[in-house]
Amino acid sequence: MTGVANLWSYLSTTPLLWLTATILAYLAADAIARRLHNHPLANPVILSVLIIAPVLWVTKTEYATYFEGAQFIHFLLGPATIALALPLWDNRETIGTSVAPILLALVAGSVTAAGSAILLAQAFGLSTDVILSLAPKSTTAPVALGISEAVGGLPALTAVLVILTGIIGAVIVTPLMTVLRIKDWRARGFSVGLASHGIGTARAFQVNPTAGAYAGIAMALNALLTSLIVPVLVRWLI
Amino acid sequence: MLPTLGLLLACQLIGEVTVRGIGLSIPGPVLGLALLLVILRLRPALAGDLRPTISVILANLSLLFVPAGVGVIGNLDVLSEDWFALLVVLVLSTLLAMLASVGTFLAVRRLTEGPAK
Repeated sequence: MTGVANLWSYLSTTPLLWLTATILAYLAADAIARRLHNHPLANPVILSVLIIAPVLWVTKTEYATYFEGAQFIHFLLGPATIALALPLWDNRETIGTSVAPILLALVAGSVTAAGSAILLAQAFGLSTDVILSLAPKSTTAPVALGISEAVGGLPALTAVLVILTGIIGAVIVTPLMTVLRIKDWRARGFSVGLASHGIGTARAFQVNPTAGAYAGIAMALNALLTSLIVPVLVRWLI
Repeated sequence: MLPTLGLLLACQLIGEVTVRGIGLSIPGPVLGLALLLVILRLRPALAGDLRPTISVILANLSLLFVPAGVGVIGNLDVLSEDWFALLVVLVLSTLLAMLASVGTFLAVRRLTEGPAK
């Protein structure tokens, strides 16, 4: 038994275990998602979390310990954002001809994403600090945390709300667009990138490369616009 | 693979340093993205060299959100007794944001490009 205990005390102090576990869980999740023809509910982020969370629970592993290994993957979010330059470059001609739809859809979507969150939360009688934490939920996590802090929200709550928003958008975009019979990959991609940042963009790339490129544009532009409009909306509506 | 990773990291580094250096309110990686676009504009042939590595990164973008996703499970208690209201607000607001942006995109496209094919 001491052998197992020694082994465990070694594994729990090295990033190796949880880094490996994260990649293996994702590979399994991705295989399941493919087997299910990338069904919206078989989202690789949800499936990976459903595989890892019980393991952490059973082994009584703290999130901080898990993150020591997982941080190497988390870190790649930065380089991955920059990598979006390539699909934008590949699509530069169609983007050049759709500047007007992009900019107006950005303004409409960005104001709706933040404004509707604030108004709905007020209708539900949620407290002001919860509403302030909710307002930037459609932007990519680092930007949302910055906005939340600046307007007086709770960054820890914002972090959870941002990830949930990403997952919700990634799950509902395909059925929503199918019901509405919208076939324009640019419009579909743009709307999911705007409403659901990187997780929505990941879904868009899973479905169609053009949708992915437009989701990437929407995510980047919405990060910029939301940081400008949330402080204004907060002053008007709260 | 390594030259591409090196270039992505260099763009991010320049982006982060610039944003912090002159106190811009935009995220460093977004500035890095703009920088890489400028580099591609100057050297279009680079796109072919970057493609293999970047395709792998973008095809597996979901992996990068797994650590944060696991964090959500451990942190669900921050939602406290508001969890149901928050969930409803998130679903409705995400739906409305998608409808507003997709509707505007298609309406403006129709005005500027003529009726859809």
